[in-house]
Amino acid sequence: MPEFLPEDSVGIVTPQCFHFDEPLILRSGKVIKSYDLMVETYGELNAGKSNAILICPALSGDHHAAGYHSMSDKKPGWWDVCIGPGKPIDTNHFFVVSLNNLGGCAGSTGPGSINPDTGTWYGPDFPVVTVRDWVNSQARLADRLGVQQWAAVIGGSLGGMQVMRWSISYPERVRHAIMLAVAPKLSAQNIAFNEVARQSITGDPDFHAGRYLDYGTIPKKGLMLARMVGHITYLSDSAMREKFGKATQEIKEASLNLGRDLRAGKLSFGFDVDFQVESYLHYQGERFSETFDANSYLLMTKALDYFDPSVDYDGDLSKAFAKSDCRFLLVSYSTDWRFPPERTQEIVTALLKAGKQVSYLDIEADEGHDAFLLPVPRYMQAMTTYLNRVKQEVAC
Amino acid sequence: MRADLEIIEKWIKPGSRVLDLGCGDGSLLAFLRDNKGTIGLGLEIDNNKIDACLNKGIDVIQQDMNKGLGNFETHSFDTVLLTQTLQAMHYPDLLVEEMLRIGKNCIVTFPNFGNWKSRAHIAFKGRMPVSDFMPYQWYDTPNIHFCTVRDFDDFCLAKNIDVITRTVVDNKHRDSAIIRAFPNLLSEIAIYHFARGEQGAK
Repeated sequence: MPEFLPEDSVGIVTPQCFHFDEPLILRSGKVIKSYDLMVETYGELNAGKSNAILICPALSGDHHAAGYHSMSDKKPGWWDVCIGPGKPIDTNHFFVVSLNNLGGCAGSTGPGSINPDTGTWYGPDFPVVTVRDWVNSQARLADRLGVQQWAAVIGGSLGGMQVMRWSISYPERVRHAIMLAVAPKLSAQNIAFNEVARQSITGDPDFHAGRYLDYGTIPKKGLMLARMVGHITYLSDSAMREKFGKATQEIKEASLNLGRDLRAGKLSFGFDVDFQVESYLHYQGERFSETFDANSYLLMTKALDYFDPSVDYDGDLSKAFAKSDCRFLLVSYSTDWRFPPERTQEIVTALLKAGKQVSYLDIEADEGHDAFLLPVPRYMQAMTTYLNRVKQEVAC
Repeated sequence: MRADLEIIEKWIKPGSRVLDLGCGDGSLLAFLRDNKGTIGLGLEIDNNKIDACLNKGIDVIQQDMNKGLGNFETHSFDTVLLTQTLQAMHYPDLLVEEMLRIGKNCIVTFPNFGNWKSRAHIAFKGRMPVSDFMPYQWYDTPNIHFCTVRDFDDFCLAKNIDVITRTVVDNKHRDSAIIRAFPNLLSEIAIYHFARGEQGAK
């Protein structure tokens, strides 16, 4: 709980629900007749409506990106390190918009919502949504807010993919596209991890073919396993060594411990938790399974797997960017093995081939894929500097 | 204004695309953008210099030139620049070939090791030259491939490189008739503007 609100916090925020009646035709051909989007905004939209920044959420991110919902919140929004007065995405100057995407489970229409055709909750019948569908729904949100062109669209990981799609589908509506820890499409290895996560969920006896709510239960164990395997891919080996490797009586140097801290100080010679890392993953998985919806998780992983903007352009990503009219900033992190720097560089190369204006930073960071969510000083500095220029451009 | 900018500026077409390898704080690209309306891109590895580029609104890619430039398309830039960096490259010959592939024309500046001061340093002191301009000892210098004006002329001939303009100046980038008369002996900095010869790569 924050005893008092930090000066660089956006403070207490209240989400807003936007309802859309115009049907949304999805990439799959299916249609969502009407839908809600849960949104938070920080800062003020200026008179010229030129200072708006869209934050595209990653897999588990929702509309609550910054600030607190109440003084009893344990933690601020998921990207509070980057959004606030005086922070890199400076709410003294920018109007920041953050949302829960369609198919999510934080208030926007998703598997937990009522299907108007059946009168009962969608569950597994909620259509598979893609990054393109999300961006189309975000464009309608921009219309509703009166934002013709975003000063910047920013996102990391799956959020970065939405940024890429914005620059391709709505070239005239983006001034700056900022993509962090991103890849042009998933590799077989990435898809493999997602499939393990999906199998964990669908294989849970409490999954009931996705209609678990009818049975008054949730596939807690499956969702927990899914999150555990995901979480491993977000951290780096070095981050784990650091996190779980303290100096002990036997091993004086923390660096020699390799992150093998024991939970109870000794081996159990059984099959229960022995190491701290196991306990940590259990805790993370458990906490996640209590707040996230299993059907939503399946949808998010599919959106990741399906993302490939080059499919419409003979597999040539540079052709996809042909009409893009924004400036690009891409950032990768040295120990990210989910989307390593080489994967981000594939996008940079495609943008160079397309003759686009692009900057790229290869940040040294120990934190793995998660680094984009953390206050890595070099990265925060670059974001601040870049967005300062954007601020001058749009005169806010 | 840096004197070398003034010399280089004359060779840059207005509105052209310019790639600056080892762009430092981006001041050359910013100068060309503001005076010639160029669209510039810099390559740099130093974090603080990259930040200085972003601060000027200059696009910059964090990339080590020694690992190649394969991510750049053939003839994707009008001019490729390399200022005061050639002598620090692992494979300067391969880098110049890559510059010729990526750019329609190229500009290279380098310290002339044939300058009389360098010669005198070795001849009379018997030691590698250390000066305010190149303040390194032999063991910690980033400059691992020194050459002279005469060496570079030979290199261009051997590699079928057309020298469009060669300017030789002192370390303040001042030009004079006496330096032009004895370029290899008197110039401290050589500035070459060149393109691929008609016969293609050798």
